[in-house]
Amino acid sequence: MKIGFYPGCSLNGGSKEYKDSVYALAKQFDIELVYIPDWNCCGATAAHNLNKELSLSLPSRILAIAEREGLKDILVPCAACYSRLTVTQHELNHDENLKKRITDIIEMPVKGTTRILNIIQWIEEFILEKIPYKMFKPFNHKVACYYGCLLVRPHEILKFDREENPESMDKLMKAVGADSIDWAFKTECCGAGFSVSRTDIVGKLSGKLMADAVDRGAEAIIVACPMCHSNLDMRRPAINKYLGKNIDIPILYISQAIGLAVGIDEHTLGLHRHMVDVNLKENTTTVTKEKIKEKTETEV
Amino acid sequence: MARIGVFICHCGENISATVDCAKVAAVASNFPGVAYSVDYKYMCSDPGQRMIIDAIKEKKLDGIVVGSCSPRMHEPTFRRATAEGGLNPFLCEMANLREHCSWVHEKGDVTTAKAIDLVRTLVEKVKRNTPLLPIKVPVTKTALVIGGGVAGIQAALDIANTGHKVVMVERDPSIGGHMSQLSETFPTLDCSQCILTPRMVEVAQHPNITLYTYAEVESLDGFVGNFKVKIRKKAKSINEKDCTGCGLCCTKCPTKKIPSEFEQGLGFRSAIYVPFPQAVPNKPVIDKENCTYYTKGKCRVCEKVCPTKAIRFDQEDEILEIEIGAIVICTGFNILKTSFFPEYGYGVYKDVIDGLQFERLASASGPTLGEIRRPSDGKIPQKIVFIACAGSRDPAKGIEYCSKICCMYTAKHAMLYKHKVHEGKAYIFYMDIRAGGKMYEEFVRRAIVEDEAQYIRGRVSKVYEKNGKLIVVGADTLLGAMPVEIEADMVVLATAGIASEGAESLAQKLHVSYDAYKFFAEAHPKLKPVETNTAGIFLAGACQAPKDIPESVSAASGAAVKVAALFSNDELTRDPMVAFVNRTAPPVFSTCVGCFLCQPVCPYQAIEKEEIKDRQGKTIKTVARINPGLCQGCGTCVALCRNKAIDILGYTNEQVYTEVVALLNEY
Repeated sequence: MKIGFYPGCSLNGGSKEYKDSVYALAKQFDIELVYIPDWNCCGATAAHNLNKELSLSLPSRILAIAEREGLKDILVPCAACYSRLTVTQHELNHDENLKKRITDIIEMPVKGTTRILNIIQWIEEFILEKIPYKMFKPFNHKVACYYGCLLVRPHEILKFDREENPESMDKLMKAVGADSIDWAFKTECCGAGFSVSRTDIVGKLSGKLMADAVDRGAEAIIVACPMCHSNLDMRRPAINKYLGKNIDIPILYISQAIGLAVGIDEHTLGLHRHMVDVNLKENTTTVTKEKIKEKTETEV
Repeated sequence: MARIGVFICHCGENISATVDCAKVAAVASNFPGVAYSVDYKYMCSDPGQRMIIDAIKEKKLDGIVVGSCSPRMHEPTFRRATAEGGLNPFLCEMANLREHCSWVHEKGDVTTAKAIDLVRTLVEKVKRNTPLLPIKVPVTKTALVIGGGVAGIQAALDIANTGHKVVMVERDPSIGGHMSQLSETFPTLDCSQCILTPRMVEVAQHPNITLYTYAEVESLDGFVGNFKVKIRKKAKSINEKDCTGCGLCCTKCPTKKIPSEFEQGLGFRSAIYVPFPQAVPNKPVIDKENCTYYTKGKCRVCEKVCPTKAIRFDQEDEILEIEIGAIVICTGFNILKTSFFPEYGYGVYKDVIDGLQFERLASASGPTLGEIRRPSDGKIPQKIVFIACAGSRDPAKGIEYCSKICCMYTAKHAMLYKHKVHEGKAYIFYMDIRAGGKMYEEFVRRAIVEDEAQYIRGRVSKVYEKNGKLIVVGADTLLGAMPVEIEADMVVLATAGIASEGAESLAQKLHVSYDAYKFFAEAHPKLKPVETNTAGIFLAGACQAPKDIPESVSAASGAAVKVAALFSNDELTRDPMVAFVNRTAPPVFSTCVGCFLCQPVCPYQAIEKEEIKDRQGKTIKTVARINPGLCQGCGTCVALCRNKAIDILGYTNEQVYTEVVALLNEY
């Protein structure tokens, strides 16, 4: 099975472990990820504040290459890239004049037929039902699934999950044995781009949401966005400063958490790259082949 | 040679803005058979009608074509004028120059040319019109009122007081509707039950009203004045004649923990139950889904304790067939439940309740006997946040329209809360305060000034639970969208008013139209607010759109007058546009060969067999005959008849072909 893969800048830089874990997961479930050749920046955050045509041209070029390469589905793990690509395709498909203008700019044809999948959709579609067969060690921890702002908004365009109280990530985490908590900050802002310029704001926004997760007993926060990860993980000093106490719960990408459950080793998943150590209480219950068989048979 | 008169209306500017009306009239005057042609600003006005009447007399016209709006509104007007001029009213035709031409096309010669074409086809048609006589049908002077809420009660009493019979059908075990659940009513704060229950009793005791509770309309046949309705009386499992309403069965019933519909789930009822103490009729029904005897086959406690032996476990649903002349639909509305709102906790938090639940909490007959206590732990809330427009005016997630009643009842809730919990504080998040109505604005002002309700203009983004408090996160848009966080003890959502459950299927059963929100549609939003598009079926109350009590009551009285007007006739006049089977001279008698393929396709069972007999009484031929009293002129039989033996009066095949030919032939 071949699926297009668009990493964007984060997955090649600060969030290398996100890419590593996605690749490891793909390998474990026999999915071939094909890099979109000669890819460019999606334009996130900067472009659409400056120039509309630029903000549409950048993702359009990526979509055009994917179409040229015959990639019908592309996986876009970064929530910001996912948002930019999906919004661009939506805008082009709803305005023929705009589509023509943009194809003139990028000098490439765009049909707008590519299926753009975020990490959750990708796991739901290609991995979820095979998880029981590969289950190695249930991820039986209390987790808070944090969706952030871009994964589910704007709903009219993305048409993914519910924007107020999304539950798709919780469903995936439950499938690997986790206890996902019901909490109030699933889609609150983490502070995003203020990460660099106003770390104090990140400390406040991320701090509020982390405090709620911890109060409700979460042992880890599961994310699906490099920005969220870096703020919650890397800006922990600012968060702790705002809260006036030390919070040490780790932040895991969903691909890492599922990777652990299906027996991928920590190093391959890049857990050592996190700022906050991933020291989850050791889970000794490994799942034997017989147990998996039993489980799948009863379910069938 | 025909002498047709053509009358072109400008409809103010509605037609003349894009169509050159004077030119249409001038060209039409040259059509063969047209003796007179004129245009005028408002043909439907009195001087306009006078032009038609005078022209018929002076120019000796024998057919009229009015080029104006669609026949929907003014066909009766122009037919009346034609009749006044001395012609048969069915010699008048209307060319729809407004909806079919001026409104949908740009100004220009082509548009005018189309208007000319439309007029020409009807000139050709009207030459072949024949005088028709209206059909008279008798009227059954009994009205059916569907729904026993305040609108239904008002409509039924008003009709019954004019001396006509009324049958009222209510789906629940008691009449009273939502109004019986309310605590106090705005803007006077009079007790809802105190003003409603006497009316409920009046319905039950009125000699002209037959009340069927726990019953639903099964199907409807017939037409205005002559409907046949089937009513399903659901089995109550008691004999109402024997039951005295002592209530012993309800007290002794072992299944007691069923959430009460009347208390909006805040209180409990037994499996055999009377919905509330003031119910009419005050006799219990057995809820078969929850009764231990019906589910498990054991118990029968109620049967044992009943002093009059009125329990009937073997009772079955009963279908009644009743003849009626008119119907008033008063099926009311419902509200969205809190489970509709993921951001406010999906109905998970017990202390996030809806407006009707608050009514029960505030009601002296409610589960807390009128004390405001929150559902989770029974504590008296010190801070309540009311969220207006929960689901209303929200095209993204809820419904687009304004639910209208919430602004007022939320102000009332805040007021009632303050009257009962003096140290309490009420916050109200709102979009706009819509308090249009007699004494309404003053009422809201009173809530703000005297009862210190704090109004915050802005939306609430979410509600979540923390340490036993409900944290309400919102924005104050009057302070530049400043974030607001309130730690509340209870949250009341003024959830959107929506169509009553089952409204769509009822509308389909009754063949009346409904809108995109499944509310019943009135015939005209301004001039026919209580009529439906189906003659003889009327509307009242919140089944049309969310309405408050005064509006529902006045609409009900309006509908009642319409019914009374209908019943003031001994017979009704119907349009004679019905199908007929042709008759020719012997020995053919009719081109109908008696195949009767038309019989099963007729939706109104209007086609019967007729035997043509000779002088000795021997049957020569059997042909179809259409009962003009039953035929609705739908034309299905015409399309199906293999011999073209059936035609619709006023729309014969010949007339329609003539129109087509007139269009095809260049003038």
